[in-house]
Amino acid sequence: MASLELRNLVKRYKSQTVLDNLSLTVADGETLVLFGPSGAGKTVLLRLVAGVIDPDEGKILIGGEDMTDVDAEFRGVGMAFQNFALFPHMSAFDNIATPLEAKRSSQSAIKAGVESVAKLLKIGHVLSHKPRALSNGQKQRTALARALVGSPPLLLLDDPLRNVDAKLRFEMRLELPRLLADRGATVVYVTQDYKEAMALGDRIAVMSQGVIRQLGTPEQIYREPANIEIARLFGDPTINLLDVKPARDGRGGYVGLSNVQVHLADVPETAIGRDCIIGLRPEALHFVGENEPGAIPVTVEAETPLNEKIVTLVRTVRGREILVSRPAGTPGRSEGKAHIVVDGKSALLFDRASGERIGAKNIVNLRSGEAA
Amino acid sequence: MEHTSLLERILRGVALTLVVIFFMFPIVWIFMMSFQTNETILRIPPQLIFEPTLANYTALITGKLMTAAGTLDIAFMRNLWNSVFLSVTSVAVSLLLGVPAAYAFARHKFRGSEDIAFTLLSFRFAPALLVLLPLTLYFQKLGLANTYIGLIWVYQLICLPLILWIVRGYFEDIPADIEYAYRIGGHSWFATFRKIALPLAGPGIAAAGLLAFIFAWNNFVFALVLASADKQPVTVGALAFITSSGIQYGQISAAIVLSITPTLALALYAQRYLVEGLSLGAVKG
Repeated sequence: MASLELRNLVKRYKSQTVLDNLSLTVADGETLVLFGPSGAGKTVLLRLVAGVIDPDEGKILIGGEDMTDVDAEFRGVGMAFQNFALFPHMSAFDNIATPLEAKRSSQSAIKAGVESVAKLLKIGHVLSHKPRALSNGQKQRTALARALVGSPPLLLLDDPLRNVDAKLRFEMRLELPRLLADRGATVVYVTQDYKEAMALGDRIAVMSQGVIRQLGTPEQIYREPANIEIARLFGDPTINLLDVKPARDGRGGYVGLSNVQVHLADVPETAIGRDCIIGLRPEALHFVGENEPGAIPVTVEAETPLNEKIVTLVRTVRGREILVSRPAGTPGRSEGKAHIVVDGKSALLFDRASGERIGAKNIVNLRSGEAA
Repeated sequence: MEHTSLLERILRGVALTLVVIFFMFPIVWIFMMSFQTNETILRIPPQLIFEPTLANYTALITGKLMTAAGTLDIAFMRNLWNSVFLSVTSVAVSLLLGVPAAYAFARHKFRGSEDIAFTLLSFRFAPALLVLLPLTLYFQKLGLANTYIGLIWVYQLICLPLILWIVRGYFEDIPADIEYAYRIGGHSWFATFRKIALPLAGPGIAAAGLLAFIFAWNNFVFALVLASADKQPVTVGALAFITSSGIQYGQISAAIVLSITPTLALALYAQRYLVEGLSLGAVKG
């Protein structure tokens, strides 16, 4: 009903190119998360789709219809802004009611529509308040209610959880997917928080410098990041990155870590003998006994318990620092000498010069944005 | 505040009273003079106790000025009406033209927009007297000299740049996202201007309008040159009190009291609105 298709969008501000020949397709009913650092062009992209700014080149199709030159009020999208953008001179009720008023709904229909969406978002008791009398969480819900109330087939959410406190963000992260699924709307969701991206997205588009660097399911992005930058952005604690030069022996490809040969599940032929960086997720490292095959001797530097998991900072004999994460309650070491092994199946190899991952199995074609 | 002692409160009261007396004294003195005759005003030493008289006001309202040299007709009430009419109409025209223009300048960067805005502001750079001579000649040719339309037109030089530049700043302070949000909700740009931009810039528009009104009301030189007696505002009309038999201090004072009353009333009314508007402060998030 409302798929979204962007074809070769270009947006420039003065000499700076904010969006560079960007193409993207979002299927009807899909939730696509635009993820990337600030300045990546996520918000600009959203505003282009909403129609409040115009692209320099390219086309925007909503539900198969060319909307490139259509004014914002005729595109039928709903949008929630990062700074809420509530109308300060109107009550929460009137704020939420504005999209319905534009449709010339009857007073009773407006009342019913506002009240049902307010009930859904649990702000029924503050509808008479002006925005300044609302807490940040209530403002955020009001802004969301305003975006949802007209049941737009395409919803644009610009980092709506950015300005709310951590507790509420966590709650909303749980609530939102169901809320969005119930609506059946196509959603484009912008965020800088990788957990939000993983929790909400059917697919994630990782953007930087106006280009989509990788497009895939949360699982794909996490397990097979296209490059070092993306590998670093996803995961907490961040991925361990170590310089290695893969080699091959009778048992297959391996890398040398602290004079220990660590065999990896899959070392592509192109990586052998090349200067590489290995990416090891902290949870892919485990403490083991000294005699375990492939055990790497390390010294424990510090331990940070984070309730559900424990993060340990260890140092190899060559002085490189590595983070090891394990679920709370599992055995480990909190000080002194220890040994760790690498889960060879989940290790990632990147080319040191370009930062691109080697042995791309499921990596998207960057420009077209289509999953390979 | 609960911790202030009695002494502190007394001192504070005294200090405030002194400040108020200092600033209000000229007004109060004029107010008192307006109820006195020229003889009691000019008595030395001046006296605070006097027998109040309404003769000055009567003279102004009836238009008959009694002087030692005889009865003199003055058109004060006519002048007052001229002032009200000229100022109100000028400000209304300026608001009608200036507010949409300010919105355009604030929201749309079109080619030459900065230049046009600056040119409009530059109207206020030139000394009025410099503009007046050519203006008078043109106005006489066009038949605009000594007409209300001509005066209101010239008053735009005073009001329009003021309103344009003040209101523009207020429009620029409204986050664009708020207007975007309204448009995405399905409203036209004109509805957005009317329902979002105008109410949010309301305090600014009120302030600019008030300021423009005061400037227009106080204008002297344009009206002096371009208008004859029956179209002159109070500022020019007050010259009539300098008569051959001396300056009529009593009547001048009464005239001042009457002529500042509308501006004062407007300021007091608008002040409440201004404070309310400025404390709104919820435009951000």
